[in-house]
Amino acid sequence: MNNLKVLVNGIIKENPTFVLLLGMCPTLGTTSSAINGMSMGLATMCVLILSNFIIALIKNLIPDAVRIPSYIVVIASLVTVLQMVIKAYAPDIDKSLGLFIPLIVVNCIILGRAESFAAKNGPIASIFDGIGIGLGFTLGLTSLGAVRELLGTGSIFGVTLWGETYGMLMFVLAPGAFLVLGYLIVLFNKITSK
Amino acid sequence: MKKLKSSLTNMLAVLTIIAIVAAGVLASVNAVTAPQIEKINAENLAAGIKAVMGSNDIQVSEPWEVDAFTAYDVKDAQGNALGKAVVTTENGFGGPLKVLVGFSTEGDILGYTVLEHAETPGLGAKAGEWFQDKIKGMNPGKNNFTVSKDGGEVDAITASTITSRAFLRAIQNAYDKVIAGQDATSGATQQASASDMGTPEVIE
Repeated sequence: MNNLKVLVNGIIKENPTFVLLLGMCPTLGTTSSAINGMSMGLATMCVLILSNFIIALIKNLIPDAVRIPSYIVVIASLVTVLQMVIKAYAPDIDKSLGLFIPLIVVNCIILGRAESFAAKNGPIASIFDGIGIGLGFTLGLTSLGAVRELLGTGSIFGVTLWGETYGMLMFVLAPGAFLVLGYLIVLFNKITSK
Repeated sequence: MKKLKSSLTNMLAVLTIIAIVAAGVLASVNAVTAPQIEKINAENLAAGIKAVMGSNDIQVSEPWEVDAFTAYDVKDAQGNALGKAVVTTENGFGGPLKVLVGFSTEGDILGYTVLEHAETPGLGAKAGEWFQDKIKGMNPGKNNFTVSKDGGEVDAITASTITSRAFLRAIQNAYDKVIAGQDATSGATQQASASDMGTPEVIE
């Protein structure tokens, strides 16, 4: 597989949100607005690229029976480092993203890609897989957040279109997340099945 | 390079090495970033105190603690007492609701800012803006500082009575413990008026 194919694969054929249905906890929990969804997606992408790269580098040093604990330690360390660096040098990003970053550790996409891609492919291809899957995840979360924000509060990316008075609050809350996700999956399958 | 076999020695050695390397990386990153994070937190707190006291030229004392509250004595640039800024926490709808509130020397509310919350987005999360104009100038010792549903003088956030109650209770508790309880000159009269008004019970 060439790298471009790997990249597109992550966005469409193996889109983590709409096809693999992985990482549903952050998907449903953080997408109350478009900007929150996008932030979570981008933060996950950063960790995913780095963890894929590192795991592809050290995969031959890790005996099969202990690969899961090893990957988890690598991923958790990466997330913690990222969190500390953001807190120290980018306090503005920390304000909007800080809440979500520790959640990345428990995102099964990261471990899933380590297991199914990085452990079998080279470091460069793994970086591309990280970018592809990360973009797919970001796209999924951003569209989910955008629809929920639009229906729930009448604005999109914080820009008010018709105001909160006409918003259906349910879409900002948990039930709306499930509803919108369901319909977006239908839509995605309809488009990609052609 | 060939993949390592899953023998006991290999597994032990690899896991130990990975754990040591990870711990080393985390410790060194922490050593570099911790002072910077502390500095930013201090700056945020200082900016918060300026905002809730409604003044930029202020001197802030070292924090002191009363029960679970952290208080700062605030003076203006000439050294005249402006009042106190108090960090107060109360259980909200979704978790702890942490508020920094500024009181004048008389106990009037100068301003507030929500430091931490886990309230429902779109509902209780509006506490940061909702009360800004509503409670400024009020005095928890003189005004009936509860939501209008409970017979008080403050309009609750629409559809978020629990958050509103918790928010007002947080400020009331801060007032009762820190302002009314500690102020030696006017503490007695304020405490008396606070109990006259039938304010909500303080959780001891």
